[in-house]
Amino acid sequence: MQPTPDNSESPAPDASTPLPVSRRLVGLTRPEAAPAPAPASCLSVQNLDLFYGETRALKDIRMEIPAKQVTAFIGPSGCGKSTLLRCFNRMNDLIDGVRITGGVLLDGQDIYAPSVNVANLRRRVGMVFQKPNPFPKSIYENVAYGLRIQGVRSRRTLDKTVERSLRAAALWDEVKDRLHDSALGLSGGQQQRLVIARAVAVEPEVLLLDEPASALDPISTLKIEELIYELKSDYTIVIVTHNMQQAARVSDHTAFMYLGELIEFDATKTLFTRPRLKKTEDYITGRYG
Amino acid sequence: MDQQARRSLLSWVNSGAPWIWLTAGTISFSLILVFGLLGLITLRGMGHFWPHPLVQFDLTDSAGTTQILGELVEEETVAAARIRALGIAVAPDVELVERALYKVGNRDLTGSDFRWVLAAQIQILQSPPDAFVAEREEWGNFYGYAVGITEGGQQLELNTALWTEIENRLERRNALVEEVAAIEKRGMNDINHALERLRLEERAAHLEEVPETAPLYTEIAAQRAALGEQYTALTGRLEELRSALARDRLIARTADGTEHQIALENIRRIYRPNAMSLTAKIALYFYKLAEFVLDEPREANTEGGVFPAIFGTVLMVLLMSVFVTPFGVIAAVYLREYANQGPLTRLIRIAVNNLAGVPSVVYGVFGLGFFVYFVGGSIDRAFYAESLPAPTFGTPGLMWSSLTLALLTVPVVIVATEEGLARIPRSIREGSLALGATKAETLWRTVLPMATPAMMTGLILAVARAAGEVAPLMMVGVVKLAPTLPMDSYFPFLHLDRKFMHLGFHIYDVGFQSPNVEAARPLVYATSLLLVLIIVSLNLAAIALRNRLREKYNAADT
Repeated sequence: MQPTPDNSESPAPDASTPLPVSRRLVGLTRPEAAPAPAPASCLSVQNLDLFYGETRALKDIRMEIPAKQVTAFIGPSGCGKSTLLRCFNRMNDLIDGVRITGGVLLDGQDIYAPSVNVANLRRRVGMVFQKPNPFPKSIYENVAYGLRIQGVRSRRTLDKTVERSLRAAALWDEVKDRLHDSALGLSGGQQQRLVIARAVAVEPEVLLLDEPASALDPISTLKIEELIYELKSDYTIVIVTHNMQQAARVSDHTAFMYLGELIEFDATKTLFTRPRLKKTEDYITGRYG
Repeated sequence: MDQQARRSLLSWVNSGAPWIWLTAGTISFSLILVFGLLGLITLRGMGHFWPHPLVQFDLTDSAGTTQILGELVEEETVAAARIRALGIAVAPDVELVERALYKVGNRDLTGSDFRWVLAAQIQILQSPPDAFVAEREEWGNFYGYAVGITEGGQQLELNTALWTEIENRLERRNALVEEVAAIEKRGMNDINHALERLRLEERAAHLEEVPETAPLYTEIAAQRAALGEQYTALTGRLEELRSALARDRLIARTADGTEHQIALENIRRIYRPNAMSLTAKIALYFYKLAEFVLDEPREANTEGGVFPAIFGTVLMVLLMSVFVTPFGVIAAVYLREYANQGPLTRLIRIAVNNLAGVPSVVYGVFGLGFFVYFVGGSIDRAFYAESLPAPTFGTPGLMWSSLTLALLTVPVVIVATEEGLARIPRSIREGSLALGATKAETLWRTVLPMATPAMMTGLILAVARAAGEVAPLMMVGVVKLAPTLPMDSYFPFLHLDRKFMHLGFHIYDVGFQSPNVEAARPLVYATSLLLVLIIVSLNLAAIALRNRLREKYNAADT
């Protein structure tokens, strides 16, 4: 634990000296977040720092993400919430000049250990992106993609998995008659649910959703939110969102990030009704962001 | 007023209208040039096959009066001074003279197929209905009038009409010629091929130092004897056919009244254009056109068809595509997907782009030195030792031509594929990686299929460039006349070591190396048109394929 020189006073809203403030805040919030009535934590982030070249984009993040629950990351644009999310399946490896210190434990194993097979990790930690990105293949082949990568050939297994995944993503009834049509013919909302079905098909443990509804209309957004609610009984879900109402509606835990730091992490109800810090309150009441 | 005019001009310039006129004008000019070119070669090339009417006239010049029978090729007006310089008297007050070129044929009698005639010298022009054109195997066309037929040296007393008899006997001649061709092409070729194989087998045995007493040698000798017997039998049959062919001769009178005998065996086709109906002419036209496309060349390429050249061109381009596509695509994948995008990669990329600008003849020299002499020579020493010193691959041939052109066009494919790979959205790659695919799996299953339209674009550009190249091919495998096609019924069917004919080189050869330039000129146009058509159809095929792929992967465009 960092020494906490001064914790009697709320931080200044302008946050001109973010580093010491955050250290103190993390020290404060962690004991609160961990004892929430959550089952064993699934992802554990330990002293994570991330640099883009010389820029420090994530600063000493520490958090425990509980299993089979929905955790939301909120915060203004550029605060590092997507970057943090992409640390969980090592998507940041694809970007040149990214350096990471600290660690992320998935079920107690460090995913940044040299012995980790990245492809296997990504099989266990699925991801859905901001813009729907179906492959230019048929609906069926999109969902079967992950299985085919794993070498599954059996037609029956594939058929069953495709149906199960599409049902899980609440898309089956809409597409069951045109499974072999191009996925690019679906609407944006359908495409996003297809992508979720695709991620679910490989049976990951964790599902990362990077602003999954930001490119969709309100009805499709509602469907995605219902879907998240359904999925959380089987998967640990981490969702990044711009939309605070959405975070309040779908998540069990919420983390507020600002300028690369984790400011406050708590049960969603607590964070939205009784935020511990003024900065969090200012953000959720819309004073900046 | 002047001020106002200037202002309106200025406002016209500012409106952007001149810019539109300039750009539209440039396009129109290009279109006119392209269509003019196509129109010219179509007209000149395709007109050649039409049965033109024959005319007879008296020609009066300083030497007296001669009768001339022939077909008009072209008319032109020239300066009188030019005619005077040729030593022909022209009235002193005349400045311009009209003259005409007639194809008069009968090269065996007069020494030349063509004759320039001054319009003023022509008298009593007529088109005799019974004048005929005979297309001969040798000596070009014969123009004249039929008089009679001899059989075995005796002139026949004819009960039927002369022309019916000629046609009947020509039919018999064609049947015999076909049989001769069948024996020569198939029967004798098979035997020669088998004999050559035996010779190589024997020589290989000697090189491997198989003892002289081995049963192998007696077996070879026995086979050779059997083949020799077959050969003798075929030669006998050929002799019979040849003497049967030599039986009939046509007696024909030329325009000046002298009679000549032409062996019927020598006549490919005979017709009387002045007496033909339009439908008969059209039928003959298409028949001759088909002959041009499907037959082999005769008479030092000035007559007959261009089929071997068409075949060679298409086969060479296809082989080149087979070589260049995988090579270019793989190189592009490394450059774009795996290579560190540092200064070295940039340098390589610049070098690749510049490679596309190297003059093609330089590639020809490289192909000759590297592929033919070095690679080919090494292959010969390693695998074809029994045929040495006659080279198999160590000599220009189809394989080396295709490889040289593949080398010439590989930069185009690399650049196009790289652009295609760069256009695949990052989100698609991430989507695949996020599902647990490795980089290689992502490339293979998603990125490469989506980049196929771009690869096809590269291939289209490569084909367009390669199909028109001639200069490098002259060094690495194209010949004026190839005795055999590079593909036949003998193992291994596709003979990559053979030399081949090419339409581009054929144009050059017929146009500039021919002993009879005037006769060959229409063929130059026709061959040019054919080459353009082939390149266009190869390109259209590739474009159609690309569009289908694009439809399939239309996400690549969004």
